[in-house]
Amino acid sequence: MQPETARFKELSRAALANDQLQRSMVATGPQFVLKRAKARAALPEFDDLRNAARDIKNHVLAHLDVYLEKFEARVQAAGGHVHWAETAEEARAIILNICAAKKARLITKGKSMVSEEVGLNEALEGAGHTPVETDLGEYLIQIRNERPSHIIAPAVHLRREQIEADFRRVHTDLDPARDLSHIPALVEEARRVLRQNYLDADVGITGANFLVAGTGSAIIVTNEGNGDLTRLMPETHIVITSIEKIVPTLEDASTLLRVLARSATGQDISTYTTLMTGPRRAADPDGPEEFHIVLLDNGRSQVLGTEFQDMLRCIRCGACLNHCPVYQAVGGHAYGWVYPGPIGSVVTPALIGIENAANLPNASTFCGRCEDVCPVRIPLPRLLRHWREREFEQHLTPRTVRSGLGAWAFLAKRPKLYGLAMRLAARFLNWRGRAGRIASLPLARGWTRTRDLPAAQGKTFTELWRERQK
Amino acid sequence: MPRVALFPTCLVDVMRPSVGFAAARLIEQAGFAVTVPEGLTCCGQPAFNSGDRKTARALARRTMTALAGFDFVVLPSGSCAGMMVKHYPELFEAGSADHTAALALAARTHELTAFLVHIARVNNLASEFPARATYHDSCAGLRELGIKSEPRQLLKKVAGVTLMEMEDAEVCCGFGGTFCVKYPEISTRMTDKKVERIIASGADTVVAGDLGCLMTMAGRLKRLGSDIRVRHVAEVLAGDYATPPLAEDDGDAA
Repeated sequence: MQPETARFKELSRAALANDQLQRSMVATGPQFVLKRAKARAALPEFDDLRNAARDIKNHVLAHLDVYLEKFEARVQAAGGHVHWAETAEEARAIILNICAAKKARLITKGKSMVSEEVGLNEALEGAGHTPVETDLGEYLIQIRNERPSHIIAPAVHLRREQIEADFRRVHTDLDPARDLSHIPALVEEARRVLRQNYLDADVGITGANFLVAGTGSAIIVTNEGNGDLTRLMPETHIVITSIEKIVPTLEDASTLLRVLARSATGQDISTYTTLMTGPRRAADPDGPEEFHIVLLDNGRSQVLGTEFQDMLRCIRCGACLNHCPVYQAVGGHAYGWVYPGPIGSVVTPALIGIENAANLPNASTFCGRCEDVCPVRIPLPRLLRHWREREFEQHLTPRTVRSGLGAWAFLAKRPKLYGLAMRLAARFLNWRGRAGRIASLPLARGWTRTRDLPAAQGKTFTELWRERQK
Repeated sequence: MPRVALFPTCLVDVMRPSVGFAAARLIEQAGFAVTVPEGLTCCGQPAFNSGDRKTARALARRTMTALAGFDFVVLPSGSCAGMMVKHYPELFEAGSADHTAALALAARTHELTAFLVHIARVNNLASEFPARATYHDSCAGLRELGIKSEPRQLLKKVAGVTLMEMEDAEVCCGFGGTFCVKYPEISTRMTDKKVERIIASGADTVVAGDLGCLMTMAGRLKRLGSDIRVRHVAEVLAGDYATPPLAEDDGDAA
């Protein structure tokens, strides 16, 4: 997918002016915050669990090669296939090959951000397959030809009325006079429409929340049960996921599951937690005949050992999005690529290059709420700041910012000159004031277009203090 | 008498000296000698947050030198105090002389209300301030330094102050340093949400511990025509209602 991160400012302006989007954000954002707070309050050991979760992920990242090889061996022992994809292109090629070999027409898909990352649906369609998203939110954005705007709630930007209109537009074989005025009716219709797809699909593709090295299992969590039907019904099941999803044992996975749902939706545990180990065995009542796991790197291994490594702990709960005032103001699409919000602003530059994504790490007030709620304690503001450092080092910082910063730094390193400049500034910003405020100031229009600038009091503290000391 | 270096912060220095004087008065009343050291400019946070570590390091070194030899360093700002406490040590290699100096400075550095509560152990304030006040937690003070109860505890000791909590007091006001001019539309939307909460609280005064947040909130409130007053916590604690609130030219009626 072509990144649009360079258009962040323009996209965010449009998002701020989009009433439907704004209504959606106001309706859903605070709910996520409230639910997580309740779940946290109900579990006294929650913060200890977060430490344990962080430690598990740190341990894995320090021994990633070992656990990945162990995982591969276990998957193979269970009769499954492991495919290594260094790039998005390789991942697409691997999956297209499998689908071609299976002569797949219809392909059902569970929710997977990695499949968004590699642009899988476009590739499948391009090769003549018909991918159908089975997660309700993903289905909605698929029929709208949109991208997810949230990591766990891909259609969070939509209002009920929009969905009703889309259903009427797409589900043309249904009675036009049917009542779709309430959400349960929409859910029921989606369920009915999707059901036949599970039965007809030749291949099912899901993501994975965790990979367990000790057992060779992939784990997915869903609230709709669509993941189970997607992976059980078709003859072939493909898991597409990324290398950092691995954990050593089932015990570790359970620790992470305990913080995942609580951080994401405030649930103690997701409605469905599915462990998938190899293809159907002789005694199994159902399951796929073939089981493939595609492990994507796509730049992640380059992050290992750098100041950005902590980002690989992410378990994609979305809590940082829910608590980010910037994300809540502009929504996910403004970020212009796959992963929005604070974690997106950290991950995106790593995957597509800081030269393409510098807008994202800058669009933060460093308020720190993201780090405060992260279940694996990723120091998001620090990582955002590190990207700004890379941007500065590589001279990607906009010239106006750079020269402004340079002039200020020149003064700040020379206290005498600085004192003089501040005395002048204090006088000027006092003189420009009317009724204690400045309504418009050249060079500060970014401020004065939407707010007054409080006038200065006329002298600097330093000079008044020295006068008082005499 | 223990010696306190008061670092007014660059914003207070140029925009609002009354905050510095209120802070000095509070520290002196608590039994400390206040000095404003020579050679202070800015703590370097704008450079640090813009990715310019070299300038941040240079300014940190200057600041550390200017503030050497004092028992305590106090700032009327959670943001600048957070920079010195949390981030100065990150600027230097572990084990270096600068790193040791940064750690030593961090241990002696306090945001004003935290200093008054935890170091000076202020039990009573003689001041008076007529206000139905709501307190906005500035992000750095709250999340980098854990300041939450301190300003509220102190405000309750001021005669005439009624504290009224707003919803989402812990949510960012939209300032974010250079963020507010780099992304003014997003910043303004964030401030508007904050302003809604302030108005809904029923307070007549919004109080905070950081001038950046205060200028942001005052600037938007006044542009929208609100008569809610905006004050630094030091001014309220010191009973300085004679100085006009931010973005106004008359003192509070008393």
